[in-house]
Amino acid sequence: MASHGIRDRVAIVGMGCTPFIENWGKGLDDLMIDAANDAYASAGVSKDDIDAYWFGTAQSAMSGIPLARALQLQNKPVTRVENYCATGSEALRQAAYAVASGAYDLVMVVGAEKVKDTGYQGLNAFPIANDGTARTLTAAAMFSMIVPAYGHKFGVDDDTMRSVLTHIAAKNHYNGARNSRAQFRKEISAEQIEKAPKMAGTLGVFDCAGVADGSAAAIVCRAEDAHKYTDKPIYVKALSFVAGNGSGLIDPAYDYTTFPEIAACAVDAYAQAGVTNAREQVAMAEVHDCFTPTELVLMEDLQFSERGTAWQEVLDGVFDLDGELPVNPDGGLKSFGHPVGASGLRMMFEAYLQLRGEAPEERTISSLAAGRKLALTHNLGGYPGEMVSFISLLGAELD
Amino acid sequence: MGVEAARLALRSSNSSNDTSPDSLIFGTALPSYADRSNATAIHAALRLPAGVPAFDMGSSVGSATAALRLGLTSGGSKLVVLSDMRSGLAGSADEAAGGDAAAAFVLGEGDAVVAEYLGGASITEEFLDRWRAPGEIRSKVWDDKFSEVTYVKAGRSAYASALTAAGLEASQVDLVAVAAPTARIGSALAGKLGATKVVDDLTTTVGATGAAQPGLVLANALEQVEPGQVIALVVCADGAEVIFLRATDAIARYTPARSIASQLDGGAPLAYGRFLSWRGMINVEPPRRPEPARPSGTAAARSGDWKFGFVGSRDTTDGMVFMPPSRVSFDGTRTDEMEPAPMADVVGTIATFTVDRLAYSPSPPIVFAVVDFDGGGRLPIELTDTDADEVAIGGRVEMTFRRLFTADGIHNYFWKGKLIRG
Repeated sequence: MASHGIRDRVAIVGMGCTPFIENWGKGLDDLMIDAANDAYASAGVSKDDIDAYWFGTAQSAMSGIPLARALQLQNKPVTRVENYCATGSEALRQAAYAVASGAYDLVMVVGAEKVKDTGYQGLNAFPIANDGTARTLTAAAMFSMIVPAYGHKFGVDDDTMRSVLTHIAAKNHYNGARNSRAQFRKEISAEQIEKAPKMAGTLGVFDCAGVADGSAAAIVCRAEDAHKYTDKPIYVKALSFVAGNGSGLIDPAYDYTTFPEIAACAVDAYAQAGVTNAREQVAMAEVHDCFTPTELVLMEDLQFSERGTAWQEVLDGVFDLDGELPVNPDGGLKSFGHPVGASGLRMMFEAYLQLRGEAPEERTISSLAAGRKLALTHNLGGYPGEMVSFISLLGAELD
Repeated sequence: MGVEAARLALRSSNSSNDTSPDSLIFGTALPSYADRSNATAIHAALRLPAGVPAFDMGSSVGSATAALRLGLTSGGSKLVVLSDMRSGLAGSADEAAGGDAAAAFVLGEGDAVVAEYLGGASITEEFLDRWRAPGEIRSKVWDDKFSEVTYVKAGRSAYASALTAAGLEASQVDLVAVAAPTARIGSALAGKLGATKVVDDLTTTVGATGAAQPGLVLANALEQVEPGQVIALVVCADGAEVIFLRATDAIARYTPARSIASQLDGGAPLAYGRFLSWRGMINVEPPRRPEPARPSGTAAARSGDWKFGFVGSRDTTDGMVFMPPSRVSFDGTRTDEMEPAPMADVVGTIATFTVDRLAYSPSPPIVFAVVDFDGGGRLPIELTDTDADEVAIGGRVEMTFRRLFTADGIHNYFWKGKLIRG
C-alpha cells in the first residue's frame, strides 16, 4: 500500500485559460471552445491528435457529452469529473494517470463552470434529497469559524488577526491587478478591505473569493514525448488527493486551526516529488484562497510556516509577490473568482506561465531565478472538518 | 414549544417515575398540519415508544381543556401537552394582548402525584364569541361585552356544579386560576367566584395564550400551592370548564424543571419588525440564494431517531459519539458496533462560532457554533434565542427542538442549540 506517484512521467505541453469574469455574453460552450482552442494552439496540435478528454465541471453540465458536443469531438472518450471545488485539478489528475498508464498518448483536460446563469449570489450546491438535518450555512460562515479558533489557540488578538486577513486580501488583489485574465484588477487598500460589509463572522466582502465564469484547458502527454509539442514542457512531479471523512465535524479533538486533510495531502505530495523542505524548495504556490483565513491556515498545512507562526509571516510579507515564497502570484480566487471546474487548471496555468518564464514582467516572481524549481498548486473543496484536498507539484526540469 | 414543555414536564416528574405515559394528548388551536397528526412530532421528539398512541385535540381553544379533562378522568398515565401561538393583524388588540406558550402535564396515579383531581363540571354554550377560518391569522369578535356576560354566567354556573361534584364548599377553595379569552373577562369572572386568592393569569406578562392558557395558569398555581390546598381551574371557552385539584404532600418535594418566573426573567426584547416577519405579516427580502429544499419524507423516516429524538450513536468499543449516528467506527475498522446515544438532554461547550449574514433563515442572521458535548460528541449547529454578540468560545449550550423552515408545506423540525445564560 503506497502512493507511488508519477514523478517526471507525464508533462503538460499546452494550456489555455479564458478570462474569469461574470461573462454574460458567453455560455459554457463558448468558454470551453475558447480554452480548448488556445490549448491546441499552444501545443501545436489539432483536435484529432487528442486521444481522450477529461471534462471537469461541478454542476454546469453532466456526462461527457456537453464537451463532446461543444467541441464536436469525433468518437472520443470523454470523462466528466466532479470532486467539489477541486474538480478541475481532479480532472487533470485522472488524465495524467491515464497517460502514465500507457492507455493514451495525448489527452486534453477541460475545466469549465458557468456560475452566473443561476441568478443567485455565491456558489450554491444543487440539492440532494436529505432528512432536513444537514446544516445550510454558507461557505463563508463555515470558514469564518477559523478566525476565532486560530486567534484563541495562538494568542493572536482580534485586531492583529484582522490585519493578517487584510494583508492576504490586499496581496492577492495587488497580484490580480497585474493579471489581464483576472476578474478584479484593482489594488484594494487595507481601509477598503476593513470597511467592507460583513458577510459572515468577521469576514467582509474582500475576505471572500468572488464568483465568475471561466474555463481552462491543458494538454498532457508522456514526458518522453513532450518535446514533440513544445520546447518548454512542464513536468508533473506529484499529484496528491485526500477525500476527508468528515471527522472534524464529529470529533472534538479537531480545533478549526488546521485542515488535516490538506496536511496529509501535503505529506504525500512532497514524498512523491522528493521534497524534504517545502519552505525552501517551493518557488511559488497557487493555493485555494476561497476566504482569507483559509490561506492563512494553508501556509501551515502546506509546511511553509511552523504551526502558529503563519500569521506573523504573512505580516512580514514572506508570501508577497516579491517575497521569499510568493503565494497566489496570479491573484488567486480573490481576484479571479471561482468557476469551480476551471479553478484548479487556472492555478496550473499560472504555474505553467511562471515556470516557462512567460508571466508578464510586473508579476514575474524572483524565487525561480533564485534557484527554486518547483511550483505548487492546491485546491480544496468542502469545509473545515470535511473537505477534499488536491496538491500538485510541477517543474520545468526533469530530475 | 409543545416539545419543550413536555421535556420539562417529564424532567420534573422523572425523579419519582421514569416510565412512559400510556398515551400522549396534544391540544392546540393552531395545528401545524391538517390531515396528518401534529402529536406524532412531539411523540418522536420525546422518543416515546411506538406503542404509546399520540392523539391530536383541535383546533379550538377549548380542545386544550378537553385534553386535560380527558386525561384526568380516563385513568392510566397521560402526557397532556397544550400549545398555542396567538395571532392577529398588525396593531390589533389580539396582537398586543396575545402570547405564545405551551404547558405540559404528566397525569397518573401513585406517590408522585402532586395534585389530585377532585371533580369538575362543564357548561357548553354555542355562541359567537370569537371565530377564525382555518389558515387565517385574524380572529374576529362579535361583541366583547356579550362575551363577558355570557362567560361570567357560564363560569359561575359551572363553578357551582363543580363544587357539588367535588363535594366542596366555596370556602374550601384556596386558589382560583382563570383562563379566559381576555384578561378583562377573566378578572370579571374571578371576582364573582368568592375565591380567597386568584392566581395571576399571566396576561400582563405572557399575554392571552389561547389553548395553552389553561395549562399555563394551572402550572402557575401548582408552583405556589401548599400541601392540602385546593386549586380551581376555570376555563372560558365556548362555555366554561371547571376542574378542582388538591395539592398532595408530594407538592412540597416538587420542583419545576424550569419555573415560569425564571422563564419570564430570561426573556429578551424583540423588535416589532422582526416579530411581524416571524408572523408572516411582512415579507422580508430573502438572500439571493436558493431557499432550502423540502426534506425528504423517506430520508426523514429512516433517520427519525436522529432528526426528532436527537439520538446519535456511541461506539461500544471506544465510546466515540457520532452525531449524526454512524454505522462505522471512527477508525473505519468496525461496522454496526454502536449503541444509541441520546443527546437531547446533554449540554455542550462552544469550540468556535460564526454569524452567517448570507444564508437563508426565517430569523437571519444565523448564529452558528461548533458544540462539543459533555461526555463526547461534536456537532456544528445553529444557535437560537442567542444574539451574535453573546457568543464566545467556551459558552455553554443546551439543545432545543425547533422548526428550521417550511418548504412545500412540510415543516422541517430539528434541533438547535441555545446559549445557557447565567
